[in-house]
Formats: sequence, structure tokens, C-alpha cells
Amino acid sequence: MSDHPMRGRTAISGLGETKYYKRAMAPDGEFKMCLESILLACEDAGIDPRDIDGFCSYSNERSSPDRIAAALDIKEMRLSNMFWGGGGGGGSGALANAVSAIISGQCEVVVVYRALAQGQFGRFGQGAVVNEVNNDGKWTAPFGLMSPAQSFAMRVRRFMHENGVQQEALRAISMASYHHAQQNPRAVMHGRELTEEIYDQSRWIVEPFHLFDCCMENDGAAAIIVTSVERARDLKPAPAVVLAAAQGSTARNQAPAHNADIYATSNFQHVGKRLYEIAGVTPNDIDVSQVYENFTGGVMMSIVEHGLCSADEVNDIFTLENFKSTGKLPINTSGGNLAECYMHGLELIIEAARQIRGQSPNQVSDAEVALVASGPMVTPVSSCILGVDR
Amino acid sequence: MTTGELSQWHASNPDNYLPPGLAAPRPWQDGLDTPYWDAIERNSLVVQYCDSCDAHQWGPEWICHRCHKFDLEYVEVEPKGRIYSWERIWHPVHPALQASCPYMVVLVELPGADNVRMVGNLLGDPLRPITIGEEVEAVFEHHKDVDPPYTLVQWKRVGD
Repeated sequence: MSDHPMRGRTAISGLGETKYYKRAMAPDGEFKMCLESILLACEDAGIDPRDIDGFCSYSNERSSPDRIAAALDIKEMRLSNMFWGGGGGGGSGALANAVSAIISGQCEVVVVYRALAQGQFGRFGQGAVVNEVNNDGKWTAPFGLMSPAQSFAMRVRRFMHENGVQQEALRAISMASYHHAQQNPRAVMHGRELTEEIYDQSRWIVEPFHLFDCCMENDGAAAIIVTSVERARDLKPAPAVVLAAAQGSTARNQAPAHNADIYATSNFQHVGKRLYEIAGVTPNDIDVSQVYENFTGGVMMSIVEHGLCSADEVNDIFTLENFKSTGKLPINTSGGNLAECYMHGLELIIEAARQIRGQSPNQVSDAEVALVASGPMVTPVSSCILGVDR
Repeated sequence: MTTGELSQWHASNPDNYLPPGLAAPRPWQDGLDTPYWDAIERNSLVVQYCDSCDAHQWGPEWICHRCHKFDLEYVEVEPKGRIYSWERIWHPVHPALQASCPYMVVLVELPGADNVRMVGNLLGDPLRPITIGEEVEAVFEHHKDVDPPYTLVQWKRVGD
């Protein structure tokens, strides 16, 4: 049992999600969806939205706390916090910031939120059309390497080379997400089954990523309410207790021009170890995992670097059967970024909380400890562990 | 273009591996990497070198990450490397590349410079099988039709 000051002091009490849409299909604007998701999370928790006193987000969230606070008539804002770093790397990090603010007495009711309408703003999957580049993009963009898929494929290929990983391992990750989405009516890919044949015949985006190895582009918003565990016990839902949340990076992970000292990594080598130390649990205690899929290769390395299996076991353990909610290593039980919605991984934290409540569409029996690995291969990365209240 | 025709185009195009329209690389405004762009324009490959550590560094930074000495010099290195990782890109994410897929991007490590790495295109047929560890040599690709002109360091297999 860990006596870390973060462990078990806070809980996720409210879960809010708009309907999730394919890119450009949302009838509402991004900010309106943001408000909707926050109200839904408050309703779920059974709290007055005006009692929110802290705001945490990540990835240069556009819906700013000043505007939200005015719109919702927030009585007293005490925290406005942004996790520095791009991509979905900050999902669990934003939660960690909320937890830290509550434990240190800065605020009492924090909303962690993310609104993302790629149909209304820029698409992450496109390269910038500019005449000149004088930032670190100059080392890659002139060679036609500019999208996230292209940036990360290089690391994943190296990992596969070093560890002899076969394409079928990546396929199993994709199929697990699609499999679980078929039981989840919220999932954008609900009703769209993925078979081995469909995966194998799908076009390459960039080797080693087929189309189905890449996350979707969506419109929607999501929010969670975080409070002290004492307050959470007085609220309507069963608390999903935060056992640990951590952010960080290995040395020089984003050294320019792909010169990281440790290259073939999800960047969880340090964070994963620290996460378990805070939570006081081991990888063997994890009942279910939500592992951020920007690309399946990142899932592979995140699973390894959170100690759920070793690199030389990947080919054997990465199967659809093992990844199912009924399997030995259940992952991404809502469909995740590949098949539920690319809500920058906040939907993965929500699904982990749902598992702890016993309300997942693919419920893992007796799930008591749930891992979330947020966006891999960026700096910093973050992850968290939730548990049942004891 | 069919994939086969495209392969031939890549293999035969003597000037530029990718078509015009991609962003032109420019030095940092503070001058950090100006010596690199000047050198490769003269067909000379340079990287940063710390004489205190007797070690090379890339990409460029104002400080040696090992000993924190400022203002590293640029030294010429042998323009040879080996494939550290690679990717074959099939889906264009930029208008200029709509008709240019697939193309090859490689990560090359330089054994003569403490294995620092550089990203570039692998010249030649993009469909030719590739193996990590293959030896390559630098090709200086001069883009003279752009104002101001610039040079890219590309790579080809030794013996090609």
C-alpha cells in the first residue's frame, strides 16, 4: 500500500459526453458542445454547475475558462489551468493537475474537459500549407514528413524492428477497439465491424499503419467532475477513486530531427514506473486498460512500458481474444479513439471510470483497478489509475 | 500516374525527389543553424561538435546537452550513414504531394558522428524493399528555382 499523498484522496464523480459525431457532422459549434458536456457531467454527479471552481484542460483547448465561467455563472473561479503540450498527451495530466489543486486546498470542484470539433477547425492529420518553415519542422516537412502518423510511424517501425513485432499485433489492437464499439451505441463506428480481411486489404496511410491503425477525426466534447473523495461519497454515482495520475518524459524525448536518446518508445518508461509507485499497485493488479490510440503502434509501446507485457511477448499476447473485455488483457472497452470517438483521450478516462462504476458497455467482471494511458510518443505524456472506493 | 510510373519518376528524376510546393526550410532567425545551410549548399555535410565532450550533436541547439557549453562549432562529417528506421508514405497530407505517393522517408544515423540522426528521402524506387541497417550516402539536392534557394540532404543506397 502506497502512502503517497496523491493516492486515494480524490475521485471522479461526474461523466459528461455530447453525442459523438464524424468530423464536420456536429450540428452544434465546439463551444456549445463544451458547455453541454460540462452540464451533463454536473448532472451525472448531482452538483450545481455554478459550484465548479476549477478548470483543467490540455492540448491548447480553445474553450477558455473565462468564457465558460461567464456562460455558466460560475460563482467563484479558483483555478484556470492548462497542461502544456500537444496531442492527447495531457489527458491524464489535466486530471493530475485537478487532483493536485484539490489536495492542496486550492479548489473543491474541478472540471476536466476537452471540446474538439475538427470539422470546424483545423484537422490534425493534415500538413501545413506554408511557403517556408523555420521551426523544428524544417528537419522533416521538406521531406514530406509532417503529419502525426508520419512522425510516429518512424518510432513504431524501429520498435517493431528491435523486437521482431509482426503486423498482426497492430491489427489485434485495431480489432479490439472495433469489437468493443459494436456493443457501444455512442461509438461512431457502432455497426461497422472490422474483420482481419478488411484490415489487411485496407489502404496504407504510412507503413506500418493501415487506415484502421489510425484514429478517427471527430466532433464532440467531454467533461469529468473531480472532487475530494469525501465529497464524492455524498454524490450520486459511485466514486471512481484516483489512485494515481502522473505526467513526464524520458530524457530528450523530443530532441530535434528524431534524435531522442531512447527512440523506440511511447515515452512512458519513467511515467509508468512512477504511476505504479504512487498508486501502490503493480501491473498484475490492473483489471482493465484504456490505452490511447493515436496509432496502434503507440498502444503497443504504451502497454509494454506500463508493464502489462514485455516487448518479446507482444506477438503472442496481442490477440483479439486477449484484448476483449472477457480476455486476459482487456483494452479500450468503449472503442476508444479508433472506433468510439477521437475526443483526445478524455473519453478513455470516462470509460475507465465507467468500468469502476460497473457501467461499461463491455464491462470487465469485478473491475476494481483501471489504467488509462493517455497520448503516447509526445512530451510530456501522462497516465492515471482509477479504483473502486474502499 | 500509376504506381509503376510513379516509381519510375522517382527513380529517374535527376533533380528533386519530391515535386515543388512543399515548405522551404529557412534558418532560425537567431542564426543557430545558418552554418549548416551554408555548408550543405557547398555539398559539405556538417553537424555540431563539442570539443569539451569530444562528441557530436544534432539537431542544432545553442548548448551542448552533455556539458552545457554554449556556442558549439560546426564540423564536417563523412556524408555516410545507415538506415535507422524508415517509412513508406502512401497517403498525401499536403496538396503538393497528391500525385507523389508512395515516397520513402528514412531516418539515417551517422556512425562517423556519434550516431546522430537525420531525416531525409531515400532516392530511387520507393517500392524497393528496404532493410534497417543498410548503408547510404548523402546526396545534396539543390533547390535553385526558389528565392532564396536552399539545399536538402537526401540519401541513396551505397552502390546505387
